[in-house]
Amino acid sequence: MDRLLDVVAIFSIALMAMVLLSVRRSHIRVEYSVSWLTAAATLLILSRSSSLLNWLSGHLGISYPPLALILIASWVFLVVFYRFSVRISDLKDANTDLAQRLAILEYRLHSAHEDKQ
Amino acid sequence: MKLLIIIPAFNEEGAVGTVVAEVKGVLPSVPVLVIDDCSGDATAAAARSAGAKVLALPTHLGLGGCVQAGYKLAFELGYEYVIRVDGDGQHDPKDIPGILARLKESGCQMVIGSRYLRQGGKFTSHARGAGIVLFRLVLRPILGKWVSDPTSGFVGVNREALAVFSKSFPLEYPEIEALVVLKRKAFQFEEVPCSIRPRKAGRSSITATKSVYYILHVLLGVFVNILKYDGPRRR
Repeated sequence: MDRLLDVVAIFSIALMAMVLLSVRRSHIRVEYSVSWLTAAATLLILSRSSSLLNWLSGHLGISYPPLALILIASWVFLVVFYRFSVRISDLKDANTDLAQRLAILEYRLHSAHEDKQ
Repeated sequence: MKLLIIIPAFNEEGAVGTVVAEVKGVLPSVPVLVIDDCSGDATAAAARSAGAKVLALPTHLGLGGCVQAGYKLAFELGYEYVIRVDGDGQHDPKDIPGILARLKESGCQMVIGSRYLRQGGKFTSHARGAGIVLFRLVLRPILGKWVSDPTSGFVGVNREALAVFSKSFPLEYPEIEALVVLKRKAFQFEEVPCSIRPRKAGRSSITATKSVYYILHVLLGVFVNILKYDGPRRR
């Protein structure tokens, strides 16, 4: 059990480092790093605090605490993925609208130019 | 009466010029707009040289986004009727006057050219035919009436439908979902018989492997549109 929790802790620290590095290099915007950093911090705290993990697994009715940690991790990342799906959908709608608007403006510009000639 | 013919096209340089010329042959005074969905070939040039105006999208949006761009422009320019003809040459422009006449006479917001209403008409492959039967069965209780060719892209709309579609139009595989969007607004549609011909060039975007995704996507889109139902139209 300790080894599994150590692995989760190392994974969480690596994730936080990767996200912070990406923010520094402007590969991820600050507002989108918050979800990942929160997820990584949650996993790190749970993997390092056995009393908190035992308390949570007791409330979830799970006798093996690392299993509770994996369940919570899955749930946390599902929420993160869901948030990004919503964001991607918004961006796709905006992108479609902008592309259509640009095409229409170009069309009207060309038409106006042709009418002048 | 202001009528616009729109032709969505993606990599259709081999067919789109002929389609434009055929439309011009049937309706010489009616403007034809080809919406080029960021083709990698000479679709736009072929359309222009055949006498069409071209609305060139800067990125590839897919069929729904491409058709909606045409609807938006038509709505802004004040057109009363828009008839969509596919750029692959499968639709016979001689059927356009029939669609327009029904749009005007019936007062309904959409008229669909159906390949299944004309006796001896050339039908589609068995697999696609089975998909169409499935969609008919699903749509029957939702639309409250039978639709023989729900996947037809040979469609005419009036200004009321243009107003709706320029704001809300399915981005992928739009034909079937568009019917449910109309139903949401309590609009009406009718079908008229039309001919279907072999493609003049190119290949269908819906391959055998994509067809399962297509069916699932459309069914989900229909379900989501039902959830958005606005109720009876208030006049």
